[in-house]
Amino acid sequence: MSDMNKKTVDPGKDNRKIKSVSRMKEIMTHYYIDAKTARESGKKVAWITSGGPVEPLIAMDVIPVYPENHGAMVGASKMGVDLCQKAEEMGYSSDLCSYARADIACAATQGGPIGGLPEPDFLVCCNNICGTVLKWYEVAARYYKVPLFILDTPFIHREMRKEAQQYVMSQIEEYIAFLEAQCGRKMDYDRMTDVGRLAVEGLRLWQAVLDTAAHKPSPITAFDLFFHLGLIVTLRGTQVTVDYYQGLLDEMNERIANNIAMVPGEKYRLLWDNLPVWYKTRWLSDKFASHKACLVADTYTSAWSGVLPLIDEDRFLETMSLSYSQVYINISHDMMIDKLSEMIRKYDADGLVMHSNRSCKPYSLGQYDLQKMVMEQLGIPTLIIEADMVDERHFAESQIETRIDAFMETLKS
Amino acid sequence: MNTKITAGIDIGSITAKAVVMEGDKILGARVQFTGYTAKKAGRDVFDGMLGEIGMPPDRVECIVSTGYGRNSIDFADKAVTEITCHGAGAWFVNPEVRFVVDVGGQDSKVIRLDDSGKVVDFAMNDKCAAGTGRFLEVMARALEVDLDDFGELSLAGIPAKISSICTVFAESEVISLIARGETRENIIAGIHESAASRISAMARRVGLVLPVMMTGGVAKNKGMLAALEKKLDAPIQVSEYAQVNGALGAAILAARM
Ligand code: SF4
Repeated sequence: MSDMNKKTVDPGKDNRKIKSVSRMKEIMTHYYIDAKTARESGKKVAWITSGGPVEPLIAMDVIPVYPENHGAMVGASKMGVDLCQKAEEMGYSSDLCSYARADIACAATQGGPIGGLPEPDFLVCCNNICGTVLKWYEVAARYYKVPLFILDTPFIHREMRKEAQQYVMSQIEEYIAFLEAQCGRKMDYDRMTDVGRLAVEGLRLWQAVLDTAAHKPSPITAFDLFFHLGLIVTLRGTQVTVDYYQGLLDEMNERIANNIAMVPGEKYRLLWDNLPVWYKTRWLSDKFASHKACLVADTYTSAWSGVLPLIDEDRFLETMSLSYSQVYINISHDMMIDKLSEMIRKYDADGLVMHSNRSCKPYSLGQYDLQKMVMEQLGIPTLIIEADMVDERHFAESQIETRIDAFMETLKS
Repeated sequence: MNTKITAGIDIGSITAKAVVMEGDKILGARVQFTGYTAKKAGRDVFDGMLGEIGMPPDRVECIVSTGYGRNSIDFADKAVTEITCHGAGAWFVNPEVRFVVDVGGQDSKVIRLDDSGKVVDFAMNDKCAAGTGRFLEVMARALEVDLDDFGELSLAGIPAKISSICTVFAESEVISLIARGETRENIIAGIHESAASRISAMARRVGLVLPVMMTGGVAKNKGMLAALEKKLDAPIQVSEYAQVNGALGAAILAARM
């Protein structure tokens, strides 16, 4: 009965396939092979949080590994429930972030989609995303008996004061000293400058890819962006990443030139808030597409490049204190609503879909207030979906389906 | 005058409902248990209703299905969610209504309407039976009270405190209240108060506007109505078609198609 169940012939399907996908898979495979064979090649491996400053690692030739990216892989390969349960058996609370649960279970059992992450030589934790990572990385530091560096970024209410900037800046100096001690050699600042430039270039290209969604119809959806985000998180500051996003951007521009819509017959344009529901991206994407709704942008994939205006590429290290402190989930609601309104305008969105994510408290806290602000100040309808990014036990399909259908009915009426 | 004959079928988790209309006139309504398959329930309730009013199925020009089983009714022309249908049903009964509280077997929802009857915003209960008909049913069973007397009895009590949100935990709380010698009426009043606070929290989240209408099977329960009026601090109208409101809304939407 529903549009979703109808099997229709779709001649444009091949046209809509993003060709860069295979290149991305190739790069990611190589990256994980490199990381897994780091010992043999004499390289060091550092685990780092998704919002952490990776550029100095790249400049020091350390391979960065992201447990959160790994968590997303667990979710996408639908292995989340088993692994989360395993962590719960080990004594971790079911309220703990499912990335942390999945990852801890993988470490303990060598399980998961790639048989566990390569062991770290040291850990880098930045609390600009949440407080969970502090405890999670402490657990990892004890488990692997390796040193842990913590970068503490203060929460930003309206602006970042001088003292706060200095506070973070002094930690960045400590961070570099820590890396030098771990690697047994000095930082090459010329190399660091190059890496900083490449990082900025990669971020600009990624933002340009995101911006192509402002075109009507959009050549890409947030569901695709969730996938293509991988490199800007993990390999920021490398030439590979710059080349990849240049290719993806060219492909998107070509689609715009040929008027290829990712959602055929796009009629409604929506924004997404919070992390993806990794194990249900296909289902959600089909569901929205069946209503001719395209998720054109989201607060998550834009979080990395969102700080671009704060970075001065000639003073990369100095401005890092600003950019790393002001990522989307480390700022106040007032600042979030400013960002949201900017996005709503830029992408000409008709509605906002918020994923209230059981795992990610800092991202989900206050969503009801944000929802109110969006409805009152911007006058656009919002929908809240309750789920979890990895733990499928928190996803009630038929209830979520009803909510989405009802939301779309109100948008259409 | 619109004389189009339409039907609405609402497949809920516990009961299936059907309404047939000719233009603005309700020709018949029927409620029965859903049972094991939604598909069969849809057919049965539809055929049963037409049998009651002696109408051959081919006279029905348009059918809209709704409720959790809406997508399994393959003879319907369109599936529409219960949110839109309940809004349309309540609006039909009284176009003054701006807010609908629907409490059904397994879910409860609140819907805010604008001046033209359009749904502005809505909320549904979480993945949990607290604040639904099922919650009351479980409690009635624990107290060995007939569900039909449950609401009436609650009016005679002073609400005992039930703090658990979870239905299963609330049940053990009720059992310990019994053991402590709390009166049955007070416990029942407490149960109604607890369900009402869940629903009123949802209503406040969406933003309560008056007048309010209550729909769904639980609207028959006077205790629930009183508890909700108290929590919302507002009078609540009860639709005379409360239980079939979703199906009614579906039939109305079918007429507009
Ligand atoms: S709580 Fe949120 S920000 Fe923190 S690790 Fe989990 S998903 Fe990431």
